[in-house]
Amino acid sequence: MTNHVTFDPGRSLPLRVEVVRQLRRRRTALMLGFLVLLPFILVGAFTLSSGSNNDTFVDLAKTGGVNFTMFTLFASTGFLLVVVVALFFGDTVSSEASWGSLRYLLAAPIPRARLLRQKLIVAAGYSLIGLVTLPTVALLLGTAVYGWSPTKTPNGDTYSAWEGVARLALATGYIAVTLLLVAGVAFWLSTVTDAPLGAVGGAVAIVIVSNILDSITALHGWRSVLPTHYQFSWIDAVSVPASYTSMAKGCVVSLIYATVFFVAAFRHFGKKDVLS
Amino acid sequence: MTALGLVAVLAAAVAVIAASLTGPRQVVATPHEIHVVDGPDNNHQVRIDSTLYVPAGVTAAHPAPAVILAHGFGQDKTSVHPDAEKLAQHGYVVLTYSARGFGNSTGQIALDSPDYEGKDVHGLVSWLGHQREVQQDGADDPRVGMTGGSYGGAMAMIAAANDRRIDAIVPLITWNSLASTFFPNAADPGQPGVFAKAWAGLFFGGQSAPGRTCGRFSAAICALYQHAAATEQPTKADLALLARSSPAGVLNRIHAPTLLIQGETDSLFGLDQARANARGIAAAGTPVRLAWYAGGHSAGTNLAETSRVRSLTLSWFNHWLRGGPDPGRSFTFSQLPNDSLQPQVYTADGEPGRVRVALHGPAQPVSNPVGGSPAAVSSIPGLPGGPLAGNLAHDIPGQSATFGSMTLDHAVTVVGGGTVRVDVASNTGTATLFGKLYDQSPDGSRQLPGGLVAPFKASGTVTVRLPWIEHRFAAGHRLVLVLASTDLAYDVPRTPATYRISVAGDLNLPTQPAHEAGAANAALPWAIAALALAVLGVSAIGLAGRIRRRRGAPDPSLVDVPLVVDGLRKAYGTELVAVDNLSFRVEREQILGLLGPNGAGKTTTLRMLMGLIRPSAGTLRVFGETIRPGAAVLTRVGAFVEGPGTLPHLSGLANLQLYWRATGRPESEAHAAEALEIAGLGDAVHRKVRSYSHGMRQRLAIAQAMLGLPDLLVLDEPTNGLDPPQIRALRDVLRRYATDGRTVVVSSHLLAEVEQTCTNVIVMDRGRLVAAGAVEEIVGASTTLSVQVDQPERAATVLFGLSGVDSIEQQGTELVVRLGDATAAQVVAALSESGLAISAVAPRRRLEDAFVSLIGER
Repeated sequence: MTNHVTFDPGRSLPLRVEVVRQLRRRRTALMLGFLVLLPFILVGAFTLSSGSNNDTFVDLAKTGGVNFTMFTLFASTGFLLVVVVALFFGDTVSSEASWGSLRYLLAAPIPRARLLRQKLIVAAGYSLIGLVTLPTVALLLGTAVYGWSPTKTPNGDTYSAWEGVARLALATGYIAVTLLLVAGVAFWLSTVTDAPLGAVGGAVAIVIVSNILDSITALHGWRSVLPTHYQFSWIDAVSVPASYTSMAKGCVVSLIYATVFFVAAFRHFGKKDVLS
Repeated sequence: MTALGLVAVLAAAVAVIAASLTGPRQVVATPHEIHVVDGPDNNHQVRIDSTLYVPAGVTAAHPAPAVILAHGFGQDKTSVHPDAEKLAQHGYVVLTYSARGFGNSTGQIALDSPDYEGKDVHGLVSWLGHQREVQQDGADDPRVGMTGGSYGGAMAMIAAANDRRIDAIVPLITWNSLASTFFPNAADPGQPGVFAKAWAGLFFGGQSAPGRTCGRFSAAICALYQHAAATEQPTKADLALLARSSPAGVLNRIHAPTLLIQGETDSLFGLDQARANARGIAAAGTPVRLAWYAGGHSAGTNLAETSRVRSLTLSWFNHWLRGGPDPGRSFTFSQLPNDSLQPQVYTADGEPGRVRVALHGPAQPVSNPVGGSPAAVSSIPGLPGGPLAGNLAHDIPGQSATFGSMTLDHAVTVVGGGTVRVDVASNTGTATLFGKLYDQSPDGSRQLPGGLVAPFKASGTVTVRLPWIEHRFAAGHRLVLVLASTDLAYDVPRTPATYRISVAGDLNLPTQPAHEAGAANAALPWAIAALALAVLGVSAIGLAGRIRRRRGAPDPSLVDVPLVVDGLRKAYGTELVAVDNLSFRVEREQILGLLGPNGAGKTTTLRMLMGLIRPSAGTLRVFGETIRPGAAVLTRVGAFVEGPGTLPHLSGLANLQLYWRATGRPESEAHAAEALEIAGLGDAVHRKVRSYSHGMRQRLAIAQAMLGLPDLLVLDEPTNGLDPPQIRALRDVLRRYATDGRTVVVSSHLLAEVEQTCTNVIVMDRGRLVAAGAVEEIVGASTTLSVQVDQPERAATVLFGLSGVDSIEQQGTELVVRLGDATAAQVVAALSESGLAISAVAPRRRLEDAFVSLIGER
């Protein structure tokens, strides 16, 4: 006599299960918590540094909620958001490998492509929540502290606060697309190494190296194919006049890299011997 | 090799550094006194003090084109020395000179008169025609360009109109018409308007000397200024004289390709002056290019813009004098964003558009004070404003009418001069007014672009031509038109007057729409590419990650056999063979022990059984189905391999629940209660796994393997880390488990454990199958005794004589005796008979011994 076995690989590792598995991790709570906290830290720093400073960018940030949000995004684009995304994508497979749970999931069996797909979706979901949380909290807090006033650009242009919110939403969407590249690299590394720190650190390191190379103006046109060259192009969306050429180019570059790395991740993981 | 390479790299680096240190070309400057003849009747002798700059390498054998560099008003040839050196370093022979009446040259200032200064330049060109270093186009026809700023710029145009041998010119910040410069009238440019007394004073007054009212001016020019300053109204003769000193009348005779560069902050010679020159020269079919830069007579120096002007000039000469690449004809302009010092350069790539902006405000009374004082300020001639240029402006209450626009929805970049219709009534018949277009930011502060005003005299309804500007009015800002009755830089009626002013139409502004809106169009192809890539990327990822549901047909003869391993091999690279040609079979209800030392290939085999690693050759079949990653038959396999794999941040119970949910199978099949009972964790099941001991994690993982009561349970070294009672309990669990058709595979390196738990055993060593069969068979195949005896040497001798003993080995006081046909009883008897004292006799069943006996000495 044997047990009846009901099995459908398409139902293995449901999203809600993976969400719960990741949600109860301390790093998830820490990361999302920090994104909530950051605007408060900034307000605190602005309060402490009150006085006549000539930092027009900070002065601009204090003119209203929308401008404060813009500053917060500007301060986080280069590194913080990169780390957040690298963490969610880089640690998702490699941490299972380091816990030893990866082999049990695969032998459950969860088809490898299915496992990656579900993990990819959940990592993307958490990253997106983080990415939306930051400007949302900044907007609410900034409005509470600095008021609801028209958006001002560093060039002296102004437009309404609601238009500012719409433009920031577009900018956030663009940041999400540029971060796909970081996500791709981190996810691929996550399938390659069993060390979560290696995957996250590796993705962040690539961003840092790219930033350094981007600062070498002698590289001319080569710079525009660097992964981070268009990282800050979202500023075009909040400028007057809004311009979208750099952003569109940034999307193209990011999507090319992201596709290559995500495909590499699936191909590599589909074939590799799981030794962890 | 490495050292040689390093030396080569170092040598190359030194060469590069040395090359960069040699710096710009050497230039030799030689002063010359050039005698020229001018005057309407060619009877004036003038000595022109000049300097010829010849770059190194330029000789009679290798001549180069020449450039005549003229200086500004009130200066002499020394003022253009840096520019001359720069040009010469780029391979041009450069001639600088002091114009007549300036520096050490003789003669009087005739204000760029074609008869005087014009003929002087003709003489200089002829002189260049005899210099052997200068490239010649023909006899007495040197290849020569001319450039200069302000006074020198107008000179270049007047000289080129006079002398067709000049091949290209670059006039900078200069005039088209002196009449409209000193008597501007924005309401009717054809008529002389308001006297620009401040600039005129600087221009003319600056050249007088003590005791000599006229200084070095020619008598005619001197009389003109004195008359104008006294009456503020030019006579017809004055206007004729000014016209003679203006390029406006001779533009149609200029055939030298012309690059006109004008300053955006220039209250003396406005952008409209350059525009008029460009139109006039282009009308004759001569190539013309126009460029505006952030600078001018009322601006400070901007280094970035100085270098831009130099490079524009150089590329013009390089093309027209040396056949270099064509710089084109496009109009370029600079923008200094928000007081920054780093200009943005734009190329106007579309037709200029026009935008209408409505102005609001009632009719307003404006008074002209007695004597025209106090006066409003727009710019202060002679005081370069730099980035502050537009911020000096201020108006006097009661002396100005103000009309504002609504807040701008979009930024408007004004490139050129706007117009506006105004109604002007004056109690004296005519009103003298100054039109200013301010940029008002949301905080109310105003900026006057370029510090520029449009002076005019009018009455009734007139169209006022506002100053030509390059300015970006940002979104959220307002345009404010101010009409003031006074301005410090201009002459106004001395009698008091009252005006009533209202606007009679919209502001009509020239814009660069391409500059404002072009960005969106350029984004479109990239956006489409991004969209296409997104679709492509998602499908590529989907393709790479599609779940292969291919399922080999199970072997019908094996559907009831839990495990058949056939010819299994796993090699890493060419060196390491972890498993080699392994074949065995497990039947239902067996407890199979996989026995072997560390590194025997047990774990590798079990990993292949779980589909974690791919066999290099051979197959594993579970219930007839071939194992591959994610094979569906794995649902019938429960495994615990190479230690527990649990999520440390979750409780034991949550781990089991989430693991089961991850399989996607119904809760009803989990049999979680049984599994939990086996784990025996008690209340600890609610604690986080992080806090568990090794044994607890081990039991939790074994329980996880048993979830769903799989038909084939695979346990890899399950007793590691368990204490003896737990080991015993586990043994019972496994015995009970292998009933009802279920099967267990256990790996171990301990023979005793296998012997006590398993029904069957597979012995592996170095990846190979060594023995297979029922446990009793394998263990019974060899019997080794451990004998503790008081005289081991003598005992060994005794046993050596006993038949049926294969080998004897002495280890201290212990003898290891491997039995052939002999039995333990015979051994004990033989030793006793010899009078030896035996303290202990025990069967030795260590794995090593089993191996030694099975695979022989190696």
